[in-house]
Amino acid sequence: MIEFLQQLINGVAQGAIYALIAIGYTMVFGVLRFINFAHGDVYMLGAFAGFYTAPGILKIFGGGPSYAGAAAVLLTAMVICAGIGVLIERICYRPLREHPRLTVLITAIGVSLLLGSGGQYVFGADPKAFPEIIADAAIELPTSWGSFSTLTITIGQVLVVGCTLVLLFVLKTVVLHTKTGLAMRALSLNPTAASLMGVNLDAILSFTFAIGSAMAGAAGVLTSIQQPSIDPLMGVSAGLKAFVAAVLGGIGNIPGAALGGLLIGLLETLVVGYVNPTYRDPLVFAVLILVLLFRPSGLLGKPEREKV
Amino acid sequence: MPVNDPSQASAKFMSFFPSLSASVLVSAVMFLPLASAFSSGEIPVGEFTSLTGGSASFGQSSHKGTALAVEEINAAGGVLGKKIRLITEDDQSQAGQPATIVRKLISQDHVVAILGEVASSKTLEAAPICQQNQIPMITPASTNPKVTEVGDHVFRICFIDPFQGTVISKFARARGWNRIAILTDAKQDYSVGLTECFTRDFVARGGEIVREQKYSSGDKDFKAQLTSIKAAQPDAIFVPGYYGEVSLIAKQARLLGIKVPLLGGDGWVGDSLLKVAGKSLDGCFFSAHFSASDKSERVQNFVAKYQAKYGVPPDDMSALGYDSAMILADAIRRAGTTEAAPLRDAIAATKDFSGVTGLITLDEKRNASKPAVILTIENGGFHFVETVTP
Repeated sequence: MIEFLQQLINGVAQGAIYALIAIGYTMVFGVLRFINFAHGDVYMLGAFAGFYTAPGILKIFGGGPSYAGAAAVLLTAMVICAGIGVLIERICYRPLREHPRLTVLITAIGVSLLLGSGGQYVFGADPKAFPEIIADAAIELPTSWGSFSTLTITIGQVLVVGCTLVLLFVLKTVVLHTKTGLAMRALSLNPTAASLMGVNLDAILSFTFAIGSAMAGAAGVLTSIQQPSIDPLMGVSAGLKAFVAAVLGGIGNIPGAALGGLLIGLLETLVVGYVNPTYRDPLVFAVLILVLLFRPSGLLGKPEREKV
Repeated sequence: MPVNDPSQASAKFMSFFPSLSASVLVSAVMFLPLASAFSSGEIPVGEFTSLTGGSASFGQSSHKGTALAVEEINAAGGVLGKKIRLITEDDQSQAGQPATIVRKLISQDHVVAILGEVASSKTLEAAPICQQNQIPMITPASTNPKVTEVGDHVFRICFIDPFQGTVISKFARARGWNRIAILTDAKQDYSVGLTECFTRDFVARGGEIVREQKYSSGDKDFKAQLTSIKAAQPDAIFVPGYYGEVSLIAKQARLLGIKVPLLGGDGWVGDSLLKVAGKSLDGCFFSAHFSASDKSERVQNFVAKYQAKYGVPPDDMSALGYDSAMILADAIRRAGTTEAAPLRDAIAATKDFSGVTGLITLDEKRNASKPAVILTIENGGFHFVETVTP
């Protein structure tokens, strides 16, 4: 029983990472109706932004690992990734806005390959050790059940889940309670009508990419706190799984992306812990196929009727 | 050290471009008089290794060792009155490359013998070519049993995986550990092979495998597997993987409150192991080919010279690279010639050669019968624990 609870904790922490990345997929799909496959690589760039800026930032905050320093590294990586996201939209997707969606989709795959392989060229292909920005330690919760005497939660796990909750709350406020959020929702509902009503399409799209990419950048740093080994291709598998999470929750639906991320994280952990680790990836992608077959609009998405 | 799956790509490549091998042949014939004129004063020895790419850390180390050995041999007057000329080619850690460059070394450079590769998959690519051309080949560090089964011209100077599995199992039993959990890399033949050998031996010695978990190369989160292992309450955990994953496994195991030692094999030796793992691996043990803290004069001499030349201490791969060149030179001396057939026989007859990685004797299967060392990790460094003989 305790072992199961422990696996649930592990799963929730993993799921929080997927949730953060999935939000970027879902937001871009919401306004532009295409999958930004380069999103997983932005997550990777977030980890590398943290890797390169952390030593300097930690020095400002007194040298050693500290919460203030970690927060500064996290924010820096988010800002850098937001900038990268805006640039990607500006350079690669904006000129293609009037083109068929397939063209943009293929461009996105190209951007993803460019970032991944370019990263191998610039950063080097070998894994790098991410600096220790907080002193990760275990918090032991004593229990009296079964073979485990304690339930262990690491500070890294608490941070990941905590940061994810905070970021989700901020995002919800922005989308539901600001004018920009209103414009985003209007755009997602009907782009033509929205621009006729005076919504600045370019500005809103840049904003959407900035927010989504910042979330991915945060996920990159938060992952690296727990698994301090980063490489330029780390975004590929994480990105694909977050994409599955976004589809599972209902692509275009922000709470759905968070729910999907959580479920995929739990599924992965339970399969690894109780079935067979080699089935992990096949099962995650089987979920994608099953969702597309039986509930294409996802768990929280509303079925969309194509108007003829 | 075995890495990845053997690749068939090179064979296909060559059959697609038959003219390529033909042109290599033509150029070889053209340069033949020149090359043989060369070889009168020097003995050309080929080395293929991964100086760049994914396994560059292994390749760089073994190359530095080999180059140091050749330098020493030449400084002492060479062998048979001639200097050894080491011709090194980089296979870029890519499947397909070893076959091409070994062909080049044999047909254009007319090498008398080939030294090479750490990764078993690359050695397995080159071995059939050396066998076909009847050129003796010595691999410094490929531990997969299949390597020397290719033919009677392929030798290795390191121990093989079944022996390594036995060594760790023997060590674990001697420490009084009865309950072992295993965490295997399901994608690496090396890891799967070590797990099999370890399990067989450990159970035969009366131990119990309490939990077996798997992961795949490249994974970064191992908390699920480790949680399951923690529940089984083992005395120690056997992790026969490569350093990249092992360092993360150690870190996460300690965070989850697992305090028992981890055990492993020669795949642990890598640059980033301690950089990532920090103090998490303190008190853990692994088997290796060589220990720089061995007090014997031979080893200390080697360590000092290596340190002086390259500014870093030697690791397992450098020591094996060094020994491979030394054994070849010794065999040429004993054969009294560089002709392939007598040289092959002389290498095969290597007995009690005292190298920096221990006393090396080649058995009838052309594998080295030699001791392994057990190292422990303490305060960010490797420390010698004991030597285990076959």
